Amino acid sequence: MAKSKTTRKKGKVTKMTSATVVVQGTEDDEEELHQALTEDVISASEDEGGSDDERKHCRLLEAISSLGGKTRKKLTERSEASIQVSEFTVNAEGEGDKINLSDLIGTLDKAPTALTATKKQLKNLEHNHTALDTPLTRKETEQIQRVVAFEKTSKEVSRWQSVVVQNQKAEQLVFPLNQEPSGPKRMEHVVSGWKAQTPLEQEIFNLLHVNQQPLHNPVLTQNEEATMKAMSLEEAKIRRAELQKVRALQSYYEAKARREKKIKSKTYHRVQKKVMRKEYLKRFDEMVKTDPAAALEELKKMELSRMKERMSLKHQNSGKWARSKAIMAKYDDGARKAMQQQLEVNKDLTMKLVIPTNEEDEDEVAEALPDFVNDAEPILDPINPWMRGKLSTEPAAQEESNCLVPPAAGPGDVKAGDGPDLLREEEEQVEETEEEAILRGFEERRKLRRAKDAVEVAPVVMEESEEMPTGKKAEMVTIESSDDDDEVVEISEFTSLYRGLVKDHVEPPVEPPRAGADPCVSQGEGPALLEEGLVRVRTLEDMELLGQDVSACEPAPQTTQTLSTEQTEPQSATKQADGKRKRKKMIDPNEVLTKEAKVIKVPFAPTAVEDVEDTDEQRFIIKEAFAGDDVISDFLKDKKKQESAGMPKVVDLTLPGWGEWGGGGLQPSRSKRKRFRIKVAPPPPRKDQKLLNVILSEKRNSSVAAHQVSQVMFPFTNPAQFERTIRAPVGHTWNTGNAVQKITAPKIVTQLGAIIEPISREELVKGENQAVTGKSNLRSDQGPQQKRRSQQKKKHKHKKN
Amino acid sequence: HYAMKVKVLSRNPDDYVRETKLDIQRVPRNYDPSLHPFEVTREYTRALNATKLERVFAKPFLASLDGHRDGVNCMAKHPKSLSTILSGSCDGELKLWNLTKRECVRTLQAHEGFVRGVVVRFCGSSFFTIGDDKNIKQWKMETPGYGEEEEPINTILGKSVFTSIDHHHKDAVFVTSGQQVDIWDEQRTSPIRSFSWGVDSINCVRFNPVETELLASCASDRSIVLYDMREAAPLKKVIMTMRSNTLCWNPMEAYHFTCCNEDYNLYTYDMRYLDKPYTVHMDHVSAVLDVDYSPTGQEFVSASFDKSIRIFPKDGGHSREVYHTKRMQHVICIKWSSDNKYILSGSDEMNIRLWKANAAEKLGMLAPREKAAVNYNQKLKEKFQHHPQIRRIARHRHLPKAVYSQVKEIRIMKEARSRKERNVRKHAKPGSMPVVTEKEKHVVTVVK
Repeated sequence: MAKSKTTRKKGKVTKMTSATVVVQGTEDDEEELHQALTEDVISASEDEGGSDDERKHCRLLEAISSLGGKTRKKLTERSEASIQVSEFTVNAEGEGDKINLSDLIGTLDKAPTALTATKKQLKNLEHNHTALDTPLTRKETEQIQRVVAFEKTSKEVSRWQSVVVQNQKAEQLVFPLNQEPSGPKRMEHVVSGWKAQTPLEQEIFNLLHVNQQPLHNPVLTQNEEATMKAMSLEEAKIRRAELQKVRALQSYYEAKARREKKIKSKTYHRVQKKVMRKEYLKRFDEMVKTDPAAALEELKKMELSRMKERMSLKHQNSGKWARSKAIMAKYDDGARKAMQQQLEVNKDLTMKLVIPTNEEDEDEVAEALPDFVNDAEPILDPINPWMRGKLSTEPAAQEESNCLVPPAAGPGDVKAGDGPDLLREEEEQVEETEEEAILRGFEERRKLRRAKDAVEVAPVVMEESEEMPTGKKAEMVTIESSDDDDEVVEISEFTSLYRGLVKDHVEPPVEPPRAGADPCVSQGEGPALLEEGLVRVRTLEDMELLGQDVSACEPAPQTTQTLSTEQTEPQSATKQADGKRKRKKMIDPNEVLTKEAKVIKVPFAPTAVEDVEDTDEQRFIIKEAFAGDDVISDFLKDKKKQESAGMPKVVDLTLPGWGEWGGGGLQPSRSKRKRFRIKVAPPPPRKDQKLLNVILSEKRNSSVAAHQVSQVMFPFTNPAQFERTIRAPVGHTWNTGNAVQKITAPKIVTQLGAIIEPISREELVKGENQAVTGKSNLRSDQGPQQKRRSQQKKKHKHKKN
Repeated sequence: HYAMKVKVLSRNPDDYVRETKLDIQRVPRNYDPSLHPFEVTREYTRALNATKLERVFAKPFLASLDGHRDGVNCMAKHPKSLSTILSGSCDGELKLWNLTKRECVRTLQAHEGFVRGVVVRFCGSSFFTIGDDKNIKQWKMETPGYGEEEEPINTILGKSVFTSIDHHHKDAVFVTSGQQVDIWDEQRTSPIRSFSWGVDSINCVRFNPVETELLASCASDRSIVLYDMREAAPLKKVIMTMRSNTLCWNPMEAYHFTCCNEDYNLYTYDMRYLDKPYTVHMDHVSAVLDVDYSPTGQEFVSASFDKSIRIFPKDGGHSREVYHTKRMQHVICIKWSSDNKYILSGSDEMNIRLWKANAAEKLGMLAPREKAAVNYNQKLKEKFQHHPQIRRIARHRHLPKAVYSQVKEIRIMKEARSRKERNVRKHAKPGSMPVVTEKEKHVVTVVK
């Protein structure tokens, strides 16, 4: 191939050279230009020219030699592959030229018509490009065949991979593989070899035959057989387990749904609905982004439902509740308000909107309304909006009222007013949501605290004075007075809540008063409360906020306290402490810790280097942390202990009462004791005797070492793994019979005297099926050892119980 | 009128009384691990004892079948009968043996010159032999009746000497090797297909027992060639550093086969990846002549020119067992019985020997308690196999002096070679001498 290429190239080259020669002959001016164009060619042509000369020389020599008379034919040596020289030293002219098909019949001169036709045909053939390539050599074809065949075969063989891997991983392999399935055998199989032989058998056979009794009564019906074939036992088990699981899940779900349905609490359903609605909206928003067409559909649906709502006569003040309210409205302010609200809602609903509002929202509000109206009594506690257990509809207005209306009643009155209030509320809302409960709890606690602040400081101090050294830490006492552990947590919760409130307080004018706004706020607060862990740390800021809170609420109690004369002293104390309160609320360790802490002297690091301040600090901290530890003395003690443990002890073999009187209060005689006391010779000096900083253990026993594993062997990666396998005993002394059987099951089981056939293609099909289901027929992956461990665990638990 | 109350200990007899006197005494146990602080040590002792006992009871040699008048050249298992084996010797004689009686049941002069191969048809009704006289003969399995001549059913005259024969596991097709691999239909006298790749003679050809259309052969040009009966051309060829004598497919893993080589090693290949063997099995100290897989496909046995038989795990680099006797000479052929219990070896000194596949195994039926004890001991040995004492005892084998010294010598040679290589590498330009693994070392090239 390469050869032909070179020849073709050279042919071209010769042509070019001839062309240049012509040019040289005619126009000398352009020679240089041409040379520049065909620079690379020219060098080759020069070579050619050289070879031409050589050849001429050869020919000349030949001619001279032939002159000598002897016509000896001499083959010149062919030293170079060149087109001009053939093997027989014949100059092959035009070898590099392309041969046309028509050239082949160029010599045929006779029958010119046929010739032209053929020429034409040949020309067409030339233009036709569908001609086949030259076939590959036999060697190459064979190789291609082989490669293709090998790929095909290896692919086919690779189907066994799953089976092979499965067998490698299997805990147990039972051979022969294709054993007959256990279970009922078909009657035909059993009976097929049997023949009535004895006269009795023949008689019975005849009888049965006469009566047309079915002799071959199949054990399994055709359907049963089909099912047996369709699914193996293992598969069936897997399938059953799956179904069971699904059924269980379904029943759980159903039970849950039923439970939820039974809940009567409106609040619960309202919250639920709200969550649903939120989710729905979220989904809707997503849908708008992802699938606008579907979103439009949804929108239409929403619109439709709203229209339905409009058509129905809900919120028309025609219900039972509305009628009763209408009667009450004359006398009751709250009822009137409720009526008005209802009317507003109705107006909202029946108003034709361009943008469809969520019907559930309105519905929800409508549902919420009755609750609201029912507890609409005049606000008794002007100071605290929390006192009502529910937030009022117009917080801003109430805040105003709180500020404006001076409290008429003293703390005692407040209490008296609150008591029944709370009771009533509790009656009404037994099934409050958690948030509300928490809120109310805070409010109560706060009230209590305030009351304590004002009134009950002294008695509490009296109570707590046993524990606390002085009574001057009044505030601290008030904080810690209640014994509940979760008090602190609740307080912190309260403070956070309060912070939220403070924020609200700061910007009430910004927020326009709207119906149902406050429940929203409370709901919004809810999750935040829930998110707070139980162990929220009380920070200084919290305390400060608490202080603010107290001080903010302070004026009212103060004014009330001017009326009450008895509690002037504690009141004055609080007044006094107003400035220092923050600091006082901090717990003083000196007060709490009765035992004096060890004073630690820590050498300070040189402070000159500024860069290493951080590291120094770190070191300082570490030093401080470990300052109490004296490592060196500990080590020395340890060493001494080891030494003393290594020293032999005197063995006392004295038996009291032998050879003399024995009994209570009688000691064996000294001589006897001396006789029977055996002193053991001191051991050889310790190897670490002279090494101050080293303890060399002398416990190592070389005879034991011979039995110990010195390195981690192959399947294990760390010593702990290895030890774990060794630790689990396998014998029946430590395991139940069944466990032992499972643990000690051999890896390969063969049947005595059974021929084991090579694995058959049916296994492959089975293996593939199992690969799909993802189970092995041989053993589950959980080893018996693990099972045993779990058993033991259970046992331990049992014992503990 | 005193009613005296006497409190006594009472136990439920069900807890301690046996139902029959043949039952084992009931021993109530508390399995709480905290009550058994010495469980590991006790088990270790048991494992040690079990290992020692195993060595005590390791007596693998069962019987020697003598009767041939020349070296045993080939053997064949009966696919349907465990007690029957066939053996052909170097004087052209073929013998059928009954293993339970340990006697020859039939002798026939099959060929002139060597019996090169014998194989039983998959149904067990007839068998084929090939010999140095270029004949393929098919014989009936049944002994001819009184007065009948001992004659083959069919005789095919070949053009050249056949070196080995194997039968298809499901169809009436067999394969022979010689100058080329020929696939024959039983009904025809000329091969239905012939494969040749190169000109060297082929030592051995074997059908794959699982993917029954596949074949593998080893030739004296150091190559192993794979074929598919359905294809027109061979599949692939791997050329190794030395010649492989025979090969055997794993009966449980379709794509694994093991070949035994002149360079003392055995190589397990995955037929899909021939560029390097899957495992190299080393331990023999002379050319390995024959190999056969256990029917479970977990182990294989090899016969060697070093007068020993070794059993290798299919994926282990070293043998777990070596069998030898004083009188056994070069082992020419080997078979593992179809029930995974016995090994048969035919050797130069005209004997066929019967060995146990597990040297210390008790033969025959075992009582359930015996079986449990065997299983327990086996598990213990497995659990404590890495402990030095146990490993030492379990691995201890007696070897003939020649083999022993040869092993040492080979070890020294190997060390020297690796040391030299290391030194050369140390002084060579870094990267100019890539590390060649043991697996890669023995493969010269893979020809597509």
